[in-house]
Amino acid sequence: MAVAWKRKDLLDLESLSAEEIELILETTGSFKEISQRPIKKVPTLRGQTVVLFFFEPSTRTRTSFELAAKRMSADIVNIQTNASSLTKGETLKDTARNIEAMKVNIIIMRHSCSGAPHMLAGSVSPSIINAGDGSHEHPTQGLLDIFTIKEHKKKIEGLNVSIIGDIAHSRVARSNIWGLTKLGAKVTVCGPATLMPPEVEKLGVKVTYDIKEAIEGADVINMLRIQLERQGQNLFPSIRDYSMAFGLDAGKMKMAKKDVLIMHPGPVNRGVEITPEVADGPYSVILEQVTNGIAVRMAVLYLLSGVKERVE
Amino acid sequence: MDIILKNGRVVDPANSMDTEADILVKAGKIAQVGKGLKVQDARQVDCKGKVVLPGLIDSHTHFRQPGREDEEDFVTGSRAALKGGFTSVLCMANTNPVVDNKGVVEYICSEAAKAGLINIYTVAAVTKGLEGKELTETAQISAAGAKALSDDGKPVINPEILRRAMEYAKMFNLPVISHCEDPFLSRNGVMNEGLLSTRMGLKGIPRAAETVMVARDIEIARLSGARLHIAHVSTKESVEAVRQAKKRKIAVTCETCPHYFVLTEEAVSEYNTNAKVNPPLRTQEDVEAIKKGLSDGTIDIISTDHAPHSAEEKDVEFDFAATGMIGLEFAASLSYMELVKKNVLDWKGFAEKLSINPSRLLSLKNKGSLSEGADADITVFDPSGTRKVEISSIESKSKNTPLLGRELAGTAAIVIVGGKIKYENGKFC
Repeated sequence: MAVAWKRKDLLDLESLSAEEIELILETTGSFKEISQRPIKKVPTLRGQTVVLFFFEPSTRTRTSFELAAKRMSADIVNIQTNASSLTKGETLKDTARNIEAMKVNIIIMRHSCSGAPHMLAGSVSPSIINAGDGSHEHPTQGLLDIFTIKEHKKKIEGLNVSIIGDIAHSRVARSNIWGLTKLGAKVTVCGPATLMPPEVEKLGVKVTYDIKEAIEGADVINMLRIQLERQGQNLFPSIRDYSMAFGLDAGKMKMAKKDVLIMHPGPVNRGVEITPEVADGPYSVILEQVTNGIAVRMAVLYLLSGVKERVE
Repeated sequence: MDIILKNGRVVDPANSMDTEADILVKAGKIAQVGKGLKVQDARQVDCKGKVVLPGLIDSHTHFRQPGREDEEDFVTGSRAALKGGFTSVLCMANTNPVVDNKGVVEYICSEAAKAGLINIYTVAAVTKGLEGKELTETAQISAAGAKALSDDGKPVINPEILRRAMEYAKMFNLPVISHCEDPFLSRNGVMNEGLLSTRMGLKGIPRAAETVMVARDIEIARLSGARLHIAHVSTKESVEAVRQAKKRKIAVTCETCPHYFVLTEEAVSEYNTNAKVNPPLRTQEDVEAIKKGLSDGTIDIISTDHAPHSAEEKDVEFDFAATGMIGLEFAASLSYMELVKKNVLDWKGFAEKLSINPSRLLSLKNKGSLSEGADADITVFDPSGTRKVEISSIESKSKNTPLLGRELAGTAAIVIVGGKIKYENGKFC
């Protein structure tokens, strides 16, 4: 791979080139093996401090990042707080500047507001990794999804990938759309019209409200989590109604290709967007996604820390 | 001392005038307008190459006094106005306390007089506390000097209350200025709804949130027979709704702000909170429609919606940032650059949108024209003046503008209020 990693931060996949995405995927491949060793630790990030700065509850992503950093021998600090630091009277920027003053190297950040990591990236010197911002992007999730697809299908170009569910509020959907389309996949998004973001077709995806269309011919089906609290907002009439139209069950799976991959970013609402027999079935790679998540995050930490060394 | 402005290009739509002439100012009034005026004992001001306009009037300002004097007050706001060429402003009622009774109206009138730089007028709220429930005491408010009624910042949600307010306001010849926004459609929205909001993962405000209320309020205006003025029009569809209403002879006027014909939603990309404003910046198509509306007379007024906010309110997550931008210092330059230089408006149109039309809306006596006997509020505009927008040179207490770093063409050279030079070549007098 000819390109070198030059960015201070990983904020989104929208601004990355196909080559940069390929570079991360390639680097991921070499890190995956570490987690399979009996002693899962390398000294790559020894002496570096990584702060996990989570303004939104998260188990999976936080644990994944934490293990990734620990397996690379970084020192870790966990900050978990309420969505709005304004309640404490300290602004996000002030909090970040305080962390910066403690001379940390990388801040991994999750926030319920879209753009929060972008704001910090422009105002503090440590590298910022976006671990999910509002409805905007979740770049490492997009990368681990793409890595998992590539492991199975050996390529991304020309694949039909369907993303089904609440597209409007999904940062996973956006990161997948950018990453997959940049690498040449044909992406279909499917969900109720009420959960479809405006003008999404202009991102180069096909839009359908008919799950049949999304299932037939798909090489990959990525089922998104439905946030149950959306129910009271009239975004769909009821969970039952949603499941009937957009839930993936054994009956609908009959329309799928024989070698389809079923993915889900988790946590799964069993029986809502996906039935247990599909989630646990032979096509499902949901747990592989989780395993690959650590490797992707190790690769990202490695690439970002490498930049710092060169700069210093 | 009397002042004589020599050889400027005098633009005065009230008298269908656009010609090189002199203006004599005496005892706070315009004493004489004509060519080659010869007067002794008057200060001679050479205005060759400059445009002499009736003092600019902003029909939509927030000076944050009372309540948020850390963001702006009558003095700093007045200085910003003068630097931008404005001699009069109309302050909105969403202060703390709200301008919803005679006492607050009187407070503003007396404090504004103490500031003593420009003419500061006030709106009073349509409903108490801007809550949309109970009418304010209009007879008293009107007698105390309020020039219009508005719950700006919020719509009057209940159309029945708006109808009664307008019927009542009609008796005092007060226009009702409507902030057209359907709060259900716009709920939690922080920018224009469309491809960009999808890309940025931000909740959009659909254009319909504005236009459905424009359409509703036009019908209420027709029903009540009162004067309706629609604030800060931002969409193509709203312009069209007003155009049709005017054809139907409904008493409706409207305004837009420079940011709606200079900027598009692209200004918020990179999550720039200085470009977060309500209604939100829209698209190029809307910009074109607004320019068309200005040129064909559908849009009567260019206002600033000058909305100062402290850095603490802007330097936060986009979702949490306050809406609004400052505008008084830049509106005339932007109107000159985008409209006059690009032949959307001629100088007469410029003076209409920024002076006589706001004066008519608010029934300001002896303002908005250069007629002999009128108040000597005069803006001498220098089309060759330039300014770079930098924090250090902003007069307003707040610096929230997406124009930082931009080069502006056309500046106010001299501003005369009540016959006195208050601002001259970058200096306050």
